[in-house]
Amino acid sequence: MFQDEPYFHPVVYSVSDLTAYIRALLESNENLMDIWVAGEISNLSQPKSGHIYFTLKDINASLRCVIWREQAWRLKGALRDGMAVEAHGHVSVYEQGGQYQLYVDGLRAAGEGLLYQEFLRLKAALEAEGLFAAERKRPVPRLPRLIGIVTSPTGAALQDMLNTLRARCPLVEVVLAPAAVQGEEAPPQIVAAIQALNRQVKPDVIIVARGGGSLEDLWAFNDERVVRAVAASKAPVISGVGHETDFTLTDFGADLRAPTPTGAAVLAAPDIVDLYTELQGWRLRLVQAGHDYVNEGNMELSNLTYRLERQSPLWRVRQGMQHMDHLLQRMNVAVDHYLAFQKTRIVTVQERIHALDPIRVLQRGYALVQDRGGALITAVKQVKLNQEVAVQLADGSFAADVKQIYDKDGKQD
Amino acid sequence: MAKAPLPLDQMTYEQALQELENILTALEGEARGLDETMGLFERGKILIQRCQDLLDKAELKVLTLEETQAKSKSGEEE
Repeated sequence: MFQDEPYFHPVVYSVSDLTAYIRALLESNENLMDIWVAGEISNLSQPKSGHIYFTLKDINASLRCVIWREQAWRLKGALRDGMAVEAHGHVSVYEQGGQYQLYVDGLRAAGEGLLYQEFLRLKAALEAEGLFAAERKRPVPRLPRLIGIVTSPTGAALQDMLNTLRARCPLVEVVLAPAAVQGEEAPPQIVAAIQALNRQVKPDVIIVARGGGSLEDLWAFNDERVVRAVAASKAPVISGVGHETDFTLTDFGADLRAPTPTGAAVLAAPDIVDLYTELQGWRLRLVQAGHDYVNEGNMELSNLTYRLERQSPLWRVRQGMQHMDHLLQRMNVAVDHYLAFQKTRIVTVQERIHALDPIRVLQRGYALVQDRGGALITAVKQVKLNQEVAVQLADGSFAADVKQIYDKDGKQD
Repeated sequence: MAKAPLPLDQMTYEQALQELENILTALEGEARGLDETMGLFERGKILIQRCQDLLDKAELKVLTLEETQAKSKSGEEE
């Protein structure tokens, strides 16, 4: 295309290749990976996608910048054209556009960098002095009677706190010590307010608070005078400055840090619902104590009644009667035993007598021999020859004459 | 209970609760006379009622210190 092209370059790159090469170059440079750039915002564009595009300019140059949606939500305030800012990020290339850009992941108002340096210096100094030491922290009373609030009388923060206290614990009293919370006059006013509260109303706890804002807006709470007044306060101090993510030196100097003014109000006073519950507990304890007393009294009384009854004549009579009953019972038992024993003895005797019954002997074949006079003949000597004897058998008797007499050995007499 | 108690209607919630605590400690502790016990018990009930009333009627009271801003503006520190 050019008239006097002397020769063909041995290698020809595509646009994509070159762009990718440049991108790799930029992305591998350490200085460009992590960099702060100061300038003024222009050409600000915030499309629906949530990404933010703008150009950072100074007198001589401009720089395209992008903030991805993922980072954009962390921005504290709205951006405007003309705003002087310091942006942090890394430099890379938007390949389709052929543009190098700053991919922003942090943004602060110009000058905040310096403020931050000052913040760190003062924090280190006060820390070294021991102003933030944990031993200095005083406990916040669980149920304060009087809460002092140091804040702007016109700010939303005050209404947030009063609403919170009204809802949680309307029991407390609030004394507002108004003070400007931003600008030159703020630090001396905040100091005066803390001191006036301590001197005049002696609150149980003081809340020092301010709603959210830029680092500059919150700067009064990094003022050394304020931090010292907070640390020196007789009443314990709860700080509630800015948002969750804001940390001021007042937070470090306070006895308790709340993330927000509302949070400070929550920490300052208990919830009335909990108080009701607690009161119910007290009621139960009281009633229980009453019951216990009555029960103990009753037990002691019945014990005494028993002891008294033991001493009374009636008790002795009853004791005696019981003793007699007992003896009687023993006697009855003894008699029963005796009678039962005698019964068995009679049975035994009867059996023995029965065994000896002569009729039963005769039934076995024996005979009873008697003389005429009826005397029993038990020996041969008692009879004579031809004597008439009566022989009795089981079923009757007959008369017999003695024909012969033999002795034991069978010899004839 | 040595010092004379405040009139009931001047008692704050915290004071009533403190006395209640003392009473319960006494009731749950050593045995004491019936009259004293009944007295403590009745007093405890009254204190609980006082607390209940305070909670029921509670309305946030807000006062403003007038002089702080004026003072700091005029640069006074007392």
